[in-house]
Amino acid sequence: MKIVGHNLTTKESFYFFEIAKGLWITSQHFIYNMYFHIAHLLGKYPEVPAAVTLQYPEEKVQLSRRWRGRHRINARPDGSPRCVACMLCETVCPVQCIHIVAGEHPDPAIEKYPVSFEIDVTRCCWCGMCEEACPVDALYMDTGKSPEPGFSSEDLLYRKEQLVKETPLPGCQRSLNAPGQGPMEANPLGL
Amino acid sequence: MYLDVIITLLKIAIVFGFVLNVAAILSWAERKQSAVMQDRIGANRADVLGFRIFGLFHPIADTIKMLTKEDWVPPAGDAFIHTLAPFLALFTALVVFAVIPFGDTLHIAGRDIPLQIADLNVGILFIVAFGGLGFYSVVLAGWSSENKYSLLGSIRGAAQLISYELALGLSIVGIVMAYGSIELDDIARGQGQYVLGVIPYWGIVAQPLGFILFFTAAMAETKRVPFDLPESESEIIGYFTEYSGMKFGAFWMGEFIEVISVAGVVTALYFGGWQIPFLSNQGVFIPGLFTIPLPHLLVTLLQVSAFGLKVLFFCWFMLLVRWTLPRFRYDQLMAFGWKFMVPLALINIVVTGLIKYVF
Repeated sequence: MKIVGHNLTTKESFYFFEIAKGLWITSQHFIYNMYFHIAHLLGKYPEVPAAVTLQYPEEKVQLSRRWRGRHRINARPDGSPRCVACMLCETVCPVQCIHIVAGEHPDPAIEKYPVSFEIDVTRCCWCGMCEEACPVDALYMDTGKSPEPGFSSEDLLYRKEQLVKETPLPGCQRSLNAPGQGPMEANPLGL
Repeated sequence: MYLDVIITLLKIAIVFGFVLNVAAILSWAERKQSAVMQDRIGANRADVLGFRIFGLFHPIADTIKMLTKEDWVPPAGDAFIHTLAPFLALFTALVVFAVIPFGDTLHIAGRDIPLQIADLNVGILFIVAFGGLGFYSVVLAGWSSENKYSLLGSIRGAAQLISYELALGLSIVGIVMAYGSIELDDIARGQGQYVLGVIPYWGIVAQPLGFILFFTAAMAETKRVPFDLPESESEIIGYFTEYSGMKFGAFWMGEFIEVISVAGVVTALYFGGWQIPFLSNQGVFIPGLFTIPLPHLLVTLLQVSAFGLKVLFFCWFMLLVRWTLPRFRYDQLMAFGWKFMVPLALINIVVTGLIKYVF
């Protein structure tokens, strides 16, 4: 352990000058902020902030385009999920919160579709690996929402029907095609 | 006879109305000022019918909360003394304002009304005595709570009182020597003189070192940061750990009232009391040049509002200090009081005496 000693210099040991310095710093902040608070009341300089506070429920920060929020599954133009039940997201998920049951799709070009697709959000660690693993423009975390609290674990189990209805946060969309738009082909990567 | 009583009651109503209202507003000002100093916004959520008026409803909300909370006395404690302590805290802080002159003598309808509630011959001693008595509330609250931490807080309070009361008293001696009186209205009147004809002979001009010492010691008397050792909310919670409801509120308000009292005393002793430079009973004057006569009532009104403004300025300044400096350590406080402030106060007295003797 290193003990950091600090012996006061003669000037510091009088306290007075150091206190005056400290008071000057805080009063500078006070005068500056008060000037702009009053200016805002009079409608002047609205672009200069007088405080760093964000009045949260009324004002919100602009989320980063890479912000990982609640999941959604992108939809084809006919409204069905673009997911082809390839199991990559279920495999890559480090906390095993994704559970997919695959079924055979009538369209031979698509081959498979998820009969059920569940995300247990109580286990999700928001790492975003499922989003990166998805080869077919289906699974994204760009809704800009946080998970809502629920009274049972059932409330926190997000199913296919719910996930496909979510929309990306405007300005933060990471999918190639907006929900319900783009070509019908399920596998743009040629899988 | 009856008129005298009515006039005195009116003065009491005005002064204590001012003090209590400012104390309530100070609880708001403390939140807001600290917020502005730290680039924040501060409490602004108390909402009555959609109006927020910068959070000014917060003192009212606080009072309602305090009044409706459970009033709890520790079963092992002394119920009577436990109840007495917050009253002492409020009373000793408030009563100091009785001797502080807030204006020159008012001549109205053939009467001379001194603008001071009680014109005591021993004004300064009264202030020092009640400043010291205020610590009884700390000691009694800590002792009667039957709680180790409360007791620790009150012991610290007592130790702090002994360290600072001496420097406080000695620094006032300089003022008494400079103006030759221990009556506060004489001192305030004495500060209406001019040095070399132009510099107002305020206490801070006569006693610059005395002012710093007095102000520091008086800050220590208010038991607020940087001298909040009796409370120390981050270590021992303090002497009012076992208080709840409005009894706690009384300590809380007492602290703010003490701030105003100290601001009032500092104003009366060191910042000219109700004096405004170059404004006398005859009107505004430039020394040696000319005088603009003003009516007596207007002059008195200006002087009383000047006193109020000075008090508010010092309240602001003490909040600034409170939100700038961290707390002293216990041993630093003792060393600072005994090894630094008391010798300086003694030197101040000697130097003042020498200057008085030479001139």
